[in-house]
Amino acid sequence: MSHLRRPAPRELQPISFAFSPENMEKAKKIIAKYPEGRQQSAVMPLLDLAQRQTEGNWVPTVAMDYIADMLEMPAIRVYEVATFYTMYNLAPVGKNFIQVCTTTPCWLRGSADVVKTCKQELGIDIGETTEDGKFTLIEVECLGACVNAPMMQVNDDFYEDLNADTTKSILEALKKGEKPKAGPQIGRKGCEPIEGPKVLKAFCGCGAADQSADASEGEA
Amino acid sequence: MLQDKDRIFTNLYGFQDFGLKAAQARGNWDGTKALIDKGRDWIISEMKSSGLRGRGGAGFPTGLKWSFMPKESDGRPSYLVVNADEGEPGTCKDREIMRNDPHTLIEGCLLAAFAMNAHAGYIYIRGEFYHEASNLQLAIDQAYEAGLLGKNACGSGWDFDLYVHLGAGAYICGEETALIESLEGKKGQPRLKPPFPANAGLYGCPTTVNNVESIAVVPEILRRGGAWFTGFGRENNHGTKLFAISGHVNQPCTVEESMSIPLRELIEKHCGGVRGGWDNLLAVIPGGSSVPLITKDICDDVLMDFDALRAVGSGLGTAAVIVMDKSTDIVYAIARLSEFYKHESCGQCTPCREGTGWMARIMSRMVRGEATLDEIDLLWDVTKQVEGHTICALGDAAAWPIQGLIRHFRPEMERRIKEYRARIAA
Amino acid sequence: MPKLTVDGIEVEVEAGATVLQACEEAGKEIPRFCYHERLSIAGNCRMCLVEMERAPKPVASCAMPAADGMVIKTDSDLVKKARTGVMEFLLINHPLDCPICDQGGECDLQDQAMAYGCGSSRYAEKKRAVKDKELGPIVKTIMTRCIHCTRCVRFSEEVAGVGTMGAVYRGEDTEVGPYIEASINSELSGNLIDLCPVGALTSKPYAFTARPWELKKTDSIDVMDAVGSNIRVDSRGSEVLRVLPRTNDDVNEEWISDKTRYAIDGLKRQRLDRPYVRVNGKLQAVSWDEAFAAIKAKVSGLDGKKIAAIAGDTVDCESMTALKDLMGKLGSPNLDCRQDGSKIGGPRASYIFNSTISGIDEADACLIVGANIRAEAPIINSRLRKRWRSTTGDFKVGIIGESWDTTFKHDYLGAGAETLSAVLDGKSEFAKVLEAAEKPMIIIGMGALNRDDRDAVLATARAIADKFGMVTGEWNGFNVLHTAASRVGGLDLGFVPGEGGLATNDILDAAAKGDVEVVYLLGADEIDMSKLDKAFVVYQGAMGDAGAQAADVILPGAAYTEKNGTYVNTEGRAQQGWRAVFPVGEAKEDWAIVRALSGALGQVLPYDSLDAVRSRMVELSPVFASLNAVTKAEWADFGKAGDMKPEGFATPVRNFYMTDPISRASVTMAKCTEAFVKDAAAEKVA
Repeated sequence: MSHLRRPAPRELQPISFAFSPENMEKAKKIIAKYPEGRQQSAVMPLLDLAQRQTEGNWVPTVAMDYIADMLEMPAIRVYEVATFYTMYNLAPVGKNFIQVCTTTPCWLRGSADVVKTCKQELGIDIGETTEDGKFTLIEVECLGACVNAPMMQVNDDFYEDLNADTTKSILEALKKGEKPKAGPQIGRKGCEPIEGPKVLKAFCGCGAADQSADASEGEA
Repeated sequence: MLQDKDRIFTNLYGFQDFGLKAAQARGNWDGTKALIDKGRDWIISEMKSSGLRGRGGAGFPTGLKWSFMPKESDGRPSYLVVNADEGEPGTCKDREIMRNDPHTLIEGCLLAAFAMNAHAGYIYIRGEFYHEASNLQLAIDQAYEAGLLGKNACGSGWDFDLYVHLGAGAYICGEETALIESLEGKKGQPRLKPPFPANAGLYGCPTTVNNVESIAVVPEILRRGGAWFTGFGRENNHGTKLFAISGHVNQPCTVEESMSIPLRELIEKHCGGVRGGWDNLLAVIPGGSSVPLITKDICDDVLMDFDALRAVGSGLGTAAVIVMDKSTDIVYAIARLSEFYKHESCGQCTPCREGTGWMARIMSRMVRGEATLDEIDLLWDVTKQVEGHTICALGDAAAWPIQGLIRHFRPEMERRIKEYRARIAA
Repeated sequence: MPKLTVDGIEVEVEAGATVLQACEEAGKEIPRFCYHERLSIAGNCRMCLVEMERAPKPVASCAMPAADGMVIKTDSDLVKKARTGVMEFLLINHPLDCPICDQGGECDLQDQAMAYGCGSSRYAEKKRAVKDKELGPIVKTIMTRCIHCTRCVRFSEEVAGVGTMGAVYRGEDTEVGPYIEASINSELSGNLIDLCPVGALTSKPYAFTARPWELKKTDSIDVMDAVGSNIRVDSRGSEVLRVLPRTNDDVNEEWISDKTRYAIDGLKRQRLDRPYVRVNGKLQAVSWDEAFAAIKAKVSGLDGKKIAAIAGDTVDCESMTALKDLMGKLGSPNLDCRQDGSKIGGPRASYIFNSTISGIDEADACLIVGANIRAEAPIINSRLRKRWRSTTGDFKVGIIGESWDTTFKHDYLGAGAETLSAVLDGKSEFAKVLEAAEKPMIIIGMGALNRDDRDAVLATARAIADKFGMVTGEWNGFNVLHTAASRVGGLDLGFVPGEGGLATNDILDAAAKGDVEVVYLLGADEIDMSKLDKAFVVYQGAMGDAGAQAADVILPGAAYTEKNGTYVNTEGRAQQGWRAVFPVGEAKEDWAIVRALSGALGQVLPYDSLDAVRSRMVELSPVFASLNAVTKAEWADFGKAGDMKPEGFATPVRNFYMTDPISRASVTMAKCTEAFVKDAAAEKVA
C-alpha cells in the first residue's frame, strides 16, 4: 500500500485545524443538503474540503477530529472513511498530483508508455514526490475515460488520448507552472470517433468543433 | 443502424452547450408537467411496457423496480438515488450524459421521483468526475432557477429537491447498498439483503437506486411512449443503449445504438473496425471488466444484448466493449483486472477480502508462467470458492474474468508454464 | 411464528428469529465467527452459509430472517463446500502459530478448522503480516491473527460506547484497531478478549500463563461492586489465574468489568496468611489459639456496649451472620455493615434496585441522582446504554450530581439537592419527561445517601417516585445503587445497630473517646483508622490493608475466591459462589473463624457447618431462601422530609480501578489507573 494511504508521521501532522471562514460557509451548505440528524452524510465532502484547504493536498488527523466534532460522530468513524476512500491523501502530495490509470483499457492503449514517460521526465518512481515538491506520481485504477485511453489525472483535470510525446509536453508545461489544456490530446472534443462524429452530425454542426470552450466551464 | 431521430442523447459529444437553453432546444423538459399529470401509475406502467432494463449492469427491469416502492408513505420519506459512480473498467457513458446532456438526467430524476413518491433525490457521482459533477450542478442550479426543480417543480404540484454527492475513490460504491452506506457517511461496504433498499434504504427509508442512463432515458420514453422504445432490440432486450468501445479499435468512442446490434457491426460501423482488421481480433470483453471475455469466433456473430451474451457465457453488463487484438498479452490483460478487484475489494467479507488477493497473486505468476499446470485448476477452484459466497457481486465480478480466461485460453496459460519450467530447467 | 424445515426437521421459531437460530432449534450446529447474540449482525465471515430452497446462492444464516415455509439444508454438499472454502480463505493469511498462541485450546478458528477445514493448505503465496496495536494495559494484540470478524469493533461501539476500535483501510489491507495509537478507555475492555474468536486480542496480564485444559473452573460471584456479576474463576493448584464472565441475562448478561476480571492479581500481594498479635506496638506472628487468647483476654468481662463490629464492603453473608450472632452473645448492639457511614436501611424497598437490572430494558426515562454509574457499576451503565440504543434515543436520561462521562445521551440537570427539588416541584424540564414516561425510574447512588441529610434526600427521591408514577402495581422504578457487594446482604441480615446501638461514625467517635474499647473489623478497611488508636482492634480479613495496620489482633480470612459465600447484590438478589482454591497459609473461611472464636470466648455459636449457617440466614431473612431470584419488596414509607444541604452530590468512587483492598493491591489495576484515571498523576504527586 502506498504511503499516501498511511498516516503521515507525527512530525508532519499539524497540531490544529479549522475551516477557513469561506470553507465554513461551504461546509454549512453541504451539511444542509442532508436531512436533519443525518449530518454524518457530509463527512466525505467535508474531508474533501479539508484536503483542498490543507497545504500539500492531504487530510491531517486533526482535520478528521475536527470534522468528527463538527458532525457529532466518533472520530474512529471518520478515520474509517478517510482510510477507505483512495482520494483522501493521508500524507502530503506534490503540487501536481499525477495519477496515471493503468487498468486494462488504458493499458491496452499504451498506459505503460505514459507511466514510463512520467518516471523519466520527473525522475521519480511510483508513489514518490519530486524533491521540489511539485510532482507526486501514482498509478490508479480505472478513472472512467476508457474510450479516451490512455489517460492521466492531474489534480482535478483529466488528460486523455495520451502517448509518450503528449505526456512529455504536458509535464513540461506543468513544470513551467503553466496549465495545459485538459481533455483529449489528439484533437477530438470528447468521446466521438477520432475522425469526427459518424452519427449526430447535425448536432455537431460544422464550426462547432472549433469552439474551444472547455466543457467544464459551460455556461457559467 | 439507429437513426439520429431515435437517439436520446443528442449532445453526447458535447458539441452543443450542456445548459438549459440548449437542452430545451434539443427537446428536454418538453411537456414534463403533462407527463406528471398523467399520474404515477401511468408512468410506471409506461416504463414497464417500454421494456427498459437497468443500464448499470444487472439489467433488472426498471419499471418493476419502481413498483416495489411503497405507494403510501408510512411516515418515512422515500428517496431516489442515482448511481453515477461509474467505475467499471471500460465504462464511460454516464460521464458523457452528465457533462454534456445533464438535463436528460435531471428531468428523468423528477419523473422517476414523482413515480416513486420521493421528494428528494441524491446523485452519487464518483469523486474523480469533478468537472462532470460541476456541469451537473450548474445544470441543476439552472433547473431550480427556471422552476423545474424545487417547490412545485415544473408547475406539477410536486416538490422535488435534487442533490449531487461526490464519492472519493471506491469502485464498490457502485454497488447500490454500498452506495447508500457511503451516502450516509460511512465506508462503502455493501449491506446484507434483506432488507432491500425499497423497504429500508437510505436512512432506513424506502429507496430506489438507478443508474444514470436508466434515469436519463425516462423522459424520452414517456414522451414517445413505451412502444417506441420497444421498437429497438429483440424481445426482452429492448431500447437504445450507450455503448463505449475501448481498446484495440481504430477509433474508440461512445455511441448510442439499438440494443441487439451485432458486435461486429458496432465495431466496424462506429469504431473504424478492429486494429489490423477483423481477423486480427483476439477477444472482447463485451460488458465491462466484470464479464467473462469472448473469443473472436463468438464475436463474429454475437448480438449485443443481455440474453445473447448470456447465452455465450458472458454478459452485457454496462455495454462497455473492451476490444483486444492478437498483439494482446491476454493473461496480463486479465491479471490486471484481478489486481483491480483486489484493490477495490471493500474487505468486509472473507471470500472476497482473502480471495481477490489470492487470485491476483496467482494470476501475476501466470503472466510469467511461474506456476505449475495444476495451479490452473487451483485457480479455477479459488474462483469457484469466491463466486456466490460473498455479500455482494464484487466477488463474482472478480471470479468471472478469470473463469473466462481459463475457459478460452487455457492452452496459452499452459504454454507459458511449460516454457517457464523449461527455462528454469535449462 | 414461522415454521421451517431444516434438514427435513420441521421447526417453529419466534417471529424475528434468524435462519441460524432456526437451525439451532433443529439441533443443527452452524459454525460462525462474526455472529454474536449480543451484537449487531455483520454477516461478514460467511462461515454460517446454508442452502436455502429457491435461493440461487447459499445464504448467510445469521442474517437471513426465518420465514414460513423455508426449506433449509445445513449438510448438503453445497454447504460443506462453501464452509471448507471459507475456512480455507480464513486460514491463508492466518499465521498458524497455535503453539505460541494464548487462544490455543479455546480458539474458534482452531476448533472450526478441525471440524470444517480441509486439513492442508494450498496457499503458496506470501502471507500477510499486520502491525500490532498498543491498546493499553489489558488487551494484548497480535493483529496478524485477526480474521476481521469485527466483533470487537461492534462491541466497543455498541456495548462499551467508546469509539476506539474500527476497521480502517480496506480490502486485504483492512486493519482492525484504532487509526492512531489509542488505549481502549473503557471499564469493559476485557470483554474484547472473550469476544475475539481467535488469538488477535488476548489478555495482557494473563499472557503465556496457562493452557485452558490445565485449569479448574469454579462458578463464583464477583465482589468488586454491588452488581453481583456471575463469574467463573479459573485456577491451577493454589493459584487463581483468571476470572471470566458467566452468562446471566438478569445480571451481567455475559460481560464483566475490568476490575472484576483483573483485580485478582491483588490476591497474590499483601495477603494475611497467619494470625498476628500486636506486642509492644509490633505485630507478631502467633498461632490461632494465641490470637483467640489475646482477644479473650481483652473481651472477657467487658460490657457488651463497649464492643463494636463493622463489616466491610466485600464480605460474605455467612461471616456477617456469624459475627452478628457473636455480637449478640457478647451483648453488643454496636454493629454496622455500612462502613461509609450511610444510614440506609429500613424498609427493603428503600435500599434495593427495585426495578431489577433487566428492568432497565423496559424503562423509558431515568433520573440518576448522585451516582457515577460508569465508575460505580459499569455493567449497569452498559445496560443503560443498551436501553438507550434499543430505543434509538427515546430513552431519556437526566443526571443530578457530578457530571460524568456517560456512554449515552443525557441531560445534565444540576449538582445537588436544589435540582432534585426542582424535579419534584415540576420546575425542571426533566419533570415533563418523567411525567410523559410510562415506566420511569430513578437511580439514587451512595453519593446522595452517605451524607447527613440522607433522610431528606431519600424522602425527596421517594416523593419523586410517587409523583411521577414510578411505582405502580407491576413496576417499581425506585432504585438504589450500592457500591459495596456486602451491603444489601448486611442490611437483609440486620447487620445494623440494635436497640440503643451505635452506627459506624458513632462507633468511631466512641472509640476515639474510649467509650468503645474493642472494635471488630470484618474486612473493613475504608474507615478513619486514626479514630481507633485507643481501641483494641481485631481485624479479620484477607488483605493487609488499612485495617490490618490498625489491628491489635489479625485473624487471617479467606478472599472471595477461597470460600463458599453468599452475596446479595444491589437488586436484592442472593447468589452463591463456590470456593475455587483454598485460603492461603493458615487463613480460614471467615464464618468458621468467628465460629471458632465463639468457642474460645465460651459463647459457642449453634452451627457447625455451612448448611447450618445458611439455615440461620434464612431465619434472619427469607431472601436467602430463594437464591438467584429477586423477591419484590413491599413499597413503604421511608425517608424524612427536611432540609437538604446545598453541596452537590459527590460520587464515592474516585477511581474505578481501586476501590477495595484487593484492587488496591493489584498491579494491573495500578497500570490501568495510570493509563486511564485523569487525576492519577496528580494523585501520585499528592
